[in-house]
Amino acid sequence: MKKILLILSFVAVFVGCSSNDGANNTDGNNYDRTALLTNWADNIIVPSYVNYQAKVQILVTSTNTFVATPTEANLQILRTSCFEAYKAYQYISMYNLGKAEEINLNMASNTYPTNTIGIESNISSGTYNLALLSQFDKQGFPALDYLVNGLGGNDASIVGFYATNANAANYKQYLTAVVSKLKTNVDAVVTDWNSGFKNSYVANSGTSVSSSVNKTTNLFVKNLEKDIRTGKLGIPAGVFSSGVKYPEKVEGYYKNDISKELLNVSLKAQQDFFNGKHFNSTATGEGLKSYLDFLNVIRNGQKLSDIINNQFAAIYTVTNTLNNSFSQQVTTDNSKMIITYDALQQNVIYTKLDMMQALNITIDYVDGDGD
Amino acid sequence: MGFSITKYLNKYSEASTLAFFRLAFGFMMVLSLIRFASYGWIDKFYIQPQFHFTYYGFEWVKPLGNYTYLLFFISGLAALFVAIGYKYKLSIITFFLIFTYIEFMDKTTYLNHYYFITVVSFILIFLPANAYFSIDAYRNPKIAHQKIPSWTIDILKLLLGIVYFYAGLAKLNSDWLFEAMPLKIWLPNNSNLPIIGSLLNENWVHYAFSWTGMIYDLSIPFLLLYRRTRLFAFVLVVVFHILTKILFPIGVFPYIMIVSSLLFFDADFHKKCLQFISKLFNFSITVFENGKEKIQNFNGIYKTKIAFLTCFLAFQFLFPFRYLLFPDELFWTEEGFRFSWRVMLMEKAGYTQFIVTDAKTKENIMINNSHFLTTFQEKQMSFQPDFILEYAHFLHDYYQKKGIQEPEVRVQSYVALNGRLSQKYINPKINLAKENETFKHKTWILPFNDEIKGF
Repeated sequence: MKKILLILSFVAVFVGCSSNDGANNTDGNNYDRTALLTNWADNIIVPSYVNYQAKVQILVTSTNTFVATPTEANLQILRTSCFEAYKAYQYISMYNLGKAEEINLNMASNTYPTNTIGIESNISSGTYNLALLSQFDKQGFPALDYLVNGLGGNDASIVGFYATNANAANYKQYLTAVVSKLKTNVDAVVTDWNSGFKNSYVANSGTSVSSSVNKTTNLFVKNLEKDIRTGKLGIPAGVFSSGVKYPEKVEGYYKNDISKELLNVSLKAQQDFFNGKHFNSTATGEGLKSYLDFLNVIRNGQKLSDIINNQFAAIYTVTNTLNNSFSQQVTTDNSKMIITYDALQQNVIYTKLDMMQALNITIDYVDGDGD
Repeated sequence: MGFSITKYLNKYSEASTLAFFRLAFGFMMVLSLIRFASYGWIDKFYIQPQFHFTYYGFEWVKPLGNYTYLLFFISGLAALFVAIGYKYKLSIITFFLIFTYIEFMDKTTYLNHYYFITVVSFILIFLPANAYFSIDAYRNPKIAHQKIPSWTIDILKLLLGIVYFYAGLAKLNSDWLFEAMPLKIWLPNNSNLPIIGSLLNENWVHYAFSWTGMIYDLSIPFLLLYRRTRLFAFVLVVVFHILTKILFPIGVFPYIMIVSSLLFFDADFHKKCLQFISKLFNFSITVFENGKEKIQNFNGIYKTKIAFLTCFLAFQFLFPFRYLLFPDELFWTEEGFRFSWRVMLMEKAGYTQFIVTDAKTKENIMINNSHFLTTFQEKQMSFQPDFILEYAHFLHDYYQKKGIQEPEVRVQSYVALNGRLSQKYINPKINLAKENETFKHKTWILPFNDEIKGF
């Protein structure tokens, strides 16, 4: 009797003490999740944001120049800086964390197709609050794309909206507002990362659902599935609308010849993140690949990390066959879009199913998009 | 043969053992139900979902909206009455019925230990667990007995033994023993634990855990039965379950098993525990020490009861082997997987994309599962064929109401099992709306193309 009670009290004490709080145990040969998060934050996420911030700053400058002197030459400079910023955006779109999540940076930056009727009504009324949820489809890069490329059939007529149009002041004001919203958003996020968020992000190195590794990995998979596969390919190609194609729902519709490049940049950003590759450098550090390799994840006699990288290679092979304009691709030969979609879908499965399973991470994202 | 059935049936044991178990079981159920409710799970699992996965033949068992809380309350109250032995028979029947109803409301939450509770509470209906240390016996000395038939205690030991032994048998498979799967995937997740954490990345540790777990499960019933190894076995039970508690999110199951295994100890121990409790509440246990034996009257009803329980035990022995009637790999098809004490055997996950097609216009709708299912339901649905089928029928009905003509439901699905690369799971050409649930093999599950040898 006494012995049994002794054992039971030992149990109580043992359970009480061992309810671990994810204390950092870096000795031994554990996978170092702190090193992983540090690499993500210091060498990938923050540099990507800083780069994007710089590109947005250039965009602000060229916007100011264009607004002050609306000429075709200045429009072309604005257009270039717009495209550069759009590409830099592809590198940060998956990090919906901290401040970015709080201010809905993604929704505010890249909701497309953009709402041209709404934009025009904002312009003519001259009163709007771009911080409202209802305004997400009237701002960001898709709106900018419309304002810079879509207002008229040629550069002269576009410049006309800002120079000779009766409402030119309002057009200038709206263009400036959209660009400065991009700037305030990215400024807020960069400030946040540099003033404490980075430390708390790296310190949250446990394995719970809300841990940084879990959240970021979920975002990685979600970006691949929802933003790249569905948004850039599936919807325009009619995958989600019984084959009814939507050439006007491609990314960068008004510039029209950039959807392929935007896709490729976003895929590159995904793959670089997977491999732990430092932003704008050939160096690599800890990443999902090294995590998988540490756990020695072999599938069908091959490293899962290799399987995933090989699939990225396969995706690039098919994207290379695509037209620069997905609107044209959808109209002329949609089968190539479908092939690309399928290739991407395979990597969604490898990452969302096989990788998440191997890393023991639960899928926790629920999305709200419609049928 | 020295063993005689009649002789065995006429053997008597101290009633304190069964009373102890009744008390412990009842209170653990109360605590489990309070825990379940306090986590907000009643709302999350039974009220919020707009659709529930049912058991074949029990489609009528559904959550009752806000009355679901009442179900939990009544079963908790019944469990409390079982514990204190108040209107025992009525209480245990109520508990069994309501708990089983709750368990059957949505198979998303299926757990072997819920099934264990159902089986134990069913058996308890037939046992004189209120003969000792109960309000019933206190108020009505006629039903108070110090000795009860031994079989009424042994039958619970047997059930507990089946759980362990069958769980051990299920581990005798090539994935578990020779690939250390799924522990190889699960254990490294705990590598931030103090002391043992870093070991959990080691491959040899995965194998050691797999083999030890298998040997433990197969041998523990016998070690508990045998007097000289009993205390040692109990230490093992405690260490094993505490370890599983720390490593895996398995709720109250470890405590239930630890406390249940106390059943194997001598009546002396149970009596002392009850004495201790009675002192706390300032009453004496001596009222139950009346030396009376609960003499069995082998009349027709009693014989029927014994025969019935024997059949029930036979069913318990045979039912877990029903998987042998199905072709292809059990882990892959899961035909005969549940209710068989197959605990923590697989790391299985799936990915599904449902497509609903209008038979007339051939228009497709890509289904976003999160519109209809909770994250937990979607996770469970994605790798279990019966879930996939029931969900497909739900989608058929839903879209038919929405005006789609003869909706056809197909699914593109992938499943990854125990460290194998994901592969296609359900035949994507099959219109699942036309397939029905049966006890027959589901031919639309694509072949596994691999073999897991063993039980």
